Amino acid sequence: MSTAPTIAIAASRVCKSFGSHLVLDKVNLTADEGSILALLGPNGAGKTTIVRILSTLIPADSGSMHIAGHDVVTDPDGVRGLIGVTGQFSAVDNLLTGAENLRLMADLRHLSRDAGQRRVTELLEQFDLTDAANKRLSTYSGGMRRRLDLAMTLVGEPRVIFLDEPTSGLDPRSRLTMWEIVRELALAGVTILLTTQNLDEADQLADRIAVLDQGRIVAEGTPDELKSRIPGGHVRLHFAGLDLLRSAAGLLPAAAPDQDQLVLQVPADGTVDSLRELLDQLYEAHVAVEGLSIHAPDLDDVFLTVTGSHVAGRPDEDPTPRGAAQR
Amino acid sequence: MTTLAYTLSDSRVMLRRNLKHQLRYPSMTLMLVGMPIVLLLLFVYVFGGQLGAGLGAHQGRSAYLDYVVPGLLLVTVAAAVQGTSIMSAMDMTGGIIDRFRTMAIARASVLTGHVLGSLIQTLAGMAILIGVAFGLGFRTTVGPLAWLATIGVLALFAFALIWLAVALGLAAKSVETASNSPMILVLLVFLSSGFVRTQTMPDGLRQFAEYQPFSPVVDTVRGLLTNAAVGEHAIAAIAWSVSIALAAYLWAIHLYNRRRAAEPT
Repeated sequence: MSTAPTIAIAASRVCKSFGSHLVLDKVNLTADEGSILALLGPNGAGKTTIVRILSTLIPADSGSMHIAGHDVVTDPDGVRGLIGVTGQFSAVDNLLTGAENLRLMADLRHLSRDAGQRRVTELLEQFDLTDAANKRLSTYSGGMRRRLDLAMTLVGEPRVIFLDEPTSGLDPRSRLTMWEIVRELALAGVTILLTTQNLDEADQLADRIAVLDQGRIVAEGTPDELKSRIPGGHVRLHFAGLDLLRSAAGLLPAAAPDQDQLVLQVPADGTVDSLRELLDQLYEAHVAVEGLSIHAPDLDDVFLTVTGSHVAGRPDEDPTPRGAAQR
Repeated sequence: MTTLAYTLSDSRVMLRRNLKHQLRYPSMTLMLVGMPIVLLLLFVYVFGGQLGAGLGAHQGRSAYLDYVVPGLLLVTVAAAVQGTSIMSAMDMTGGIIDRFRTMAIARASVLTGHVLGSLIQTLAGMAILIGVAFGLGFRTTVGPLAWLATIGVLALFAFALIWLAVALGLAAKSVETASNSPMILVLLVFLSSGFVRTQTMPDGLRQFAEYQPFSPVVDTVRGLLTNAAVGEHAIAAIAWSVSIALAAYLWAIHLYNRRRAAEPT
């Protein structure tokens, strides 16, 4: 067996328009087998469209796409046999129980009765759904539905998994559980393409990150490569008066003062040491600080750096995907 | 397994899912089966005396019962396919359909699951209606062959309307629309020879009633159950059923495939 990684996801020059609206503009993506590729971008960037094209749901206008060597266009069933997809909206059968949903997937994956039953039991346990197995989905919480959704995707033991914003709308604890599951899958050799609006999530999980803006890949690389291109975070210092703000600005030439809000924005990497140094400096000069907040580099910083402009709408403000409005 | 075996297996799985849905949604299933029975009681006991008198001298309620049963069998079909339409629209508006589409399963099995499930429900509904009709005094002297032919004609027509309902469900933008659009089918039973003779209708309406698809089916079933000749009615009934089934099938498949190509982001 060869030890060189084989390419699990390969997309080259993929274009897609809806009417006159160009949604994807010559997108290239590759992911090695067993790796995690994160597609990072705001709403409307085209993340979901890429997932839908690669998972055979909609055709691309042009470009070539292969999943584990199978052509998405000419051999969609070959691709479908290898992939698992968990979309943004829960793809579960609400009139069935959790166990019945999994059973349905096992039957459609043509597992034998025994093998299917074993897999269902296994997944219920793995996703902490054993107690709720025989309850209707109407009684499930959002986190439980999301877990069941992913469990259904895994019934056929797919080799390539697409996760479209797997943690949006989840509470922090469920989010961590989901991250853990994604990491375990990658360790087991499954290739994962996940989309996210959250830089931290991409940083935590991905081997490589592709940044998507208005249908184009504007940056691509490992998390470290990408972060080295971002100017870094900053600390915002709040002052009680204009004179204090001016004194502080005099002490810190790299900082940007905002006289209206009485705020000084100081570039900082966010470590405790640098923060202590900053505060010590102000304390020794008898400049009283009213409050401070720390800002880690976020999606907006990445965008500012790679595109030269801010993200149009901040991700958290508009949870509705653009497609919903066009429908 | 061969492709055919997979298709059969997938369709069976989808059929089981559909039947489970019917059981899990009993309010709808009972409403769709119960409505024709309520109409049967209404037409026999409220309107039956007077309508029966119109059938001829010395005729009455019991003659009207015999007359109206074929019409109500078609009301049963028309009501049941409303459920088909709702169920297929529910599938299309939910996320699960995208999951099915990304799996290597027989493409049409989602639709055939609905069609077979609805066919079973419709046949069961008609059996219950016949049972109630017998309880009320419905009598026929025909043999098993005529019964078999009756079931065949009704099943074929039901099959056609079910495909039509699947297509209407796929075409609907919401589940509410999907539940309303097949109501026209119930109305068409009233505008046929199902409840009264078409000769008693005014010109225009009479022609419409005679040439629309429900009338030949009603007339065929009525003929079969009363041992009368059904010749040209049966030919028209079968021709209508096959044409509707074929057109609706093609429409449904077209809608099923088109939706995936056109849907944005």
